[in-house]
Amino acid sequence: MRRWMRVLRTPLGLTATLLTVGVLVMAVIAPILWTDDADAIDTSNILAPPSSEHWAGTDNLGRDIFYRTLVATRLSVELALSATVIAVVVGLVLGTASFLLGRRAGRFVNAGINIAVAFPGILLALFFAVIFGVGATGAVLAIGMAGAPAFGRLTQTLVAGIASRDFVAAARVAGVGRFRSLFRHVLPNIAEPLVVNATISAGSALLAFAGLSFLGLGVQQPKYDWGRLLYDGISSIYVNPWAALVPGTAVIVAGLAFNLFGESVAKALGVGVVGGIPELPSVSAHLEDVAPVDASRRPAEDVDDVVLDVRNLRVTFPGPRGPIRPVRGISFAVRRGEAVGVVGESGSGKSLTALAVSRLVDDSGRVEADRLDLLGTDLRAADSKAQRQLLGTSMAMVFQDPMTSFNPTQRMGGQLAESARHHQGLSKKDALSRAVDRLRSVRITEPEKRAHQYPHEFSGGMRQRAMIGMGLMGTPALIVADEPTTALDVTVQQQVLDLLASIREADDVALILISHDVTVVGEVCDRVLVMYAGRIVEDLPAGELSAAQHPYTRALMAAVPDMHTDLDEPLAVIPGRPVDPSDVPQGCAYAARCPLASARCRTEEPALVDGVACWHAGEPIDIEVVDRELEEVEAS
Amino acid sequence: MSLASSVAPAPRVGVTAHPWVRFGVRRLGRLLVSLWVLITASFLMIHLIPGDPVRAALGPTAPAALVAAKREEMGLDDPILVQYWHYLQNLFTGDLGTSITSQLPVSDIVSQRLPATLQLAVLAFVVAVLVAVPLGVTMGVLTRRGHGRRTELAFTTTSVIIGIIPDFLIAVGLVYVFGVNLGWLPVAGNDTPSSYVLPVLALMVGPAAILSRIIRVEMVAVLEADFVRTARAKRIPNRSVYLGHALPNALTASLTLGGLILGSMVAGTVLVENVFAWPGLGSTIVSSILNKDYQVVQAIVIVYGVAVLLVNTAVDVALALLDPRSMIRED
Repeated sequence: MRRWMRVLRTPLGLTATLLTVGVLVMAVIAPILWTDDADAIDTSNILAPPSSEHWAGTDNLGRDIFYRTLVATRLSVELALSATVIAVVVGLVLGTASFLLGRRAGRFVNAGINIAVAFPGILLALFFAVIFGVGATGAVLAIGMAGAPAFGRLTQTLVAGIASRDFVAAARVAGVGRFRSLFRHVLPNIAEPLVVNATISAGSALLAFAGLSFLGLGVQQPKYDWGRLLYDGISSIYVNPWAALVPGTAVIVAGLAFNLFGESVAKALGVGVVGGIPELPSVSAHLEDVAPVDASRRPAEDVDDVVLDVRNLRVTFPGPRGPIRPVRGISFAVRRGEAVGVVGESGSGKSLTALAVSRLVDDSGRVEADRLDLLGTDLRAADSKAQRQLLGTSMAMVFQDPMTSFNPTQRMGGQLAESARHHQGLSKKDALSRAVDRLRSVRITEPEKRAHQYPHEFSGGMRQRAMIGMGLMGTPALIVADEPTTALDVTVQQQVLDLLASIREADDVALILISHDVTVVGEVCDRVLVMYAGRIVEDLPAGELSAAQHPYTRALMAAVPDMHTDLDEPLAVIPGRPVDPSDVPQGCAYAARCPLASARCRTEEPALVDGVACWHAGEPIDIEVVDRELEEVEAS
Repeated sequence: MSLASSVAPAPRVGVTAHPWVRFGVRRLGRLLVSLWVLITASFLMIHLIPGDPVRAALGPTAPAALVAAKREEMGLDDPILVQYWHYLQNLFTGDLGTSITSQLPVSDIVSQRLPATLQLAVLAFVVAVLVAVPLGVTMGVLTRRGHGRRTELAFTTTSVIIGIIPDFLIAVGLVYVFGVNLGWLPVAGNDTPSSYVLPVLALMVGPAAILSRIIRVEMVAVLEADFVRTARAKRIPNRSVYLGHALPNALTASLTLGGLILGSMVAGTVLVENVFAWPGLGSTIVSSILNKDYQVVQAIVIVYGVAVLLVNTAVDVALALLDPRSMIRED
């Protein structure tokens, strides 16, 4: 019940609830209070415009339109609710048929439902109106039957979802009959969505009823509902337009009330299932502490040779409770032909770093840096045509998931050709032939044929090679590859890495390889940046990984199984959890998981000095401590 | 049933068949089964009416001999299967019977009334799409993740409310404002180009609201997709990213619902035509129901039904052209 009260929390939900209650109250009291006023005939005052005596004027017998509209609430609501009950009951019978009758008969009923829902409701209503005859009863039946297929489909979907659950199957195995298990297990579990949808259909039924009465097929005189009043009013719209507008407004208000009430309830209940948005703690306090660590030291001064120069890069996103900063001031440079690996756990900020240096961070995020130069051009400046041209031709991107990184509705050749057409001004034909040439260069067989195919006709490894080929449409000086092999089969991972290596060699192209896999990085790269909680904690040549200084890098290396690993022993893992970017602790972010952590580590954040950011760099780690923590992790 | 069973084995005809052939055969099969259901339902309609439909149409005062003669003429005394067979035969030769009130051939009435309805429905659909696509795309871009919370709330609330209001009430409002109050536009008939304005407007406003809302949601979802990031990585202008890459993918998802909306617009003409005294099928079917002129009703029900089925089929074909995966996806 408390979940239902959530409806009242949003302004729309509250309005809809109040309106619905108002309409229902009016339906009860209006005929009791005002029937005499509504039926009073005054032939001396027919089709009069609004006056202080008759707020909405009078009809062709001099009766008060305003009171008639109020009194008509009851009949309009009654008819709509009756039609809804019919729709729900018939829909339930149709929708549960496949559960009760078994698969074969059920399939037949479902096919019927599917055909019926393809026809618009008004058409079905007219069809049934012919069968059931003109008048209020016929219209109730017609609108009820017209609504039944849609309700049947809903029920069928819901029942199918529940029927496959274990407890229903268990009840069946235990010998519970189909009818019994329908009423005891299935219906109670789908009651909520059914009630919500019935509320919405009540609104639609009300509007449909007004429609039928408006056509003269529904309520007949001397009875009247809103549709009938509208039907009478429209014929005299030039004399007293209010005779049509007032009942019309009543229909809209009541129809909206039921509809929006149903939608709001659905939304409120839906949120209840998901559990709401988790509240992230504020990080704004920590942001002030972040010193521009080591901004001046690292990157090389030999500018000619530098492809990418990054200093004190920060990325900030707005969070529900203050800004979140997943990248907290990192600096590095990449030289021509150099391969730099960036490793870290998920959430360490490594992918965001790749997106930030390539200016692809979603524009809800803020990217700041003291320097961000590609081939000597400042990328921090506003998005200019020259900048786009430089990025489009000199930097190639390779993304993690080749299955989703191509546009599924375009042919591969066109997708490759697009950048050449924009940045190199090639004609459609020339761009396409360059695309074919590039596909060949990334070892795709029959490139002419392949260029005409869609992404789903390519295998995963082929797509990733095509993605690299796309980057080679220009003359890249830098390839940024974000987990390029993670989504691929082990057998094709090596092909992709070899391809990247051969491109580097051939054209002296620099590479930034983002990976969570320290072995891949160690194998491909010259230099490795180890990231933790949005910072670089160690920057070292790939050859020295086994002699790493930072306890985190050493833990990463220890977690890699090698030839000598005893496979009977559990694989080493790093105890504890990665840091949540919205809640970075004071001091060294790794302290909570670090066997070497001291009091200083928990208060002062170490700067990156001589390639490592640690107060205890290189100190021996007591293996027993690690083992003990490992056991604790396993026990928990 | 005979039709259904003759269609069922068809998909297995070609084992090596091209996906397009398999898709075509399966889709055609579904169309034919639906068509058969439609025709059979409209045949049964007359037989499901309680009492004698001829007596009901001619009135209680008509002489018994006239009723008997009319029943004879319509073949209502034959066994029902014979009647069904004749009905199908007549339908395929274009003979839809005779109107019991006007004595005119039903096929003449339909062919005379159909163009006005088609004009109205097609025009309204075109205008609705021309409004909804740019609106939905713009709103999608403005309210993509992390942007325009208030714009989104205002747009969604407005479009939900407009989408719920039925077209005939919008029509009444338009008649009041532009016909009665301002006197700018004609409110009845289809004699001048300006008389198209209000009916088309009444018919397209609701669908345009619903369609633009769907396109916005799809656009927001597509803008999050990996391939949009790839497109951005090519550093092509934003316009090309939105219109060249995001829009086609947002449209494929919107197309199914767009088809349903077009289908309901065909039927929506019934009410709108009655507000504006539009000389189409909608006003005819209502007066025929009231006059119990059942053969005219039968024929018009079939015409509307066929229109809806053709629209649905066209949507599936368009979907297959835009996104070839949809051919394989559907079971």
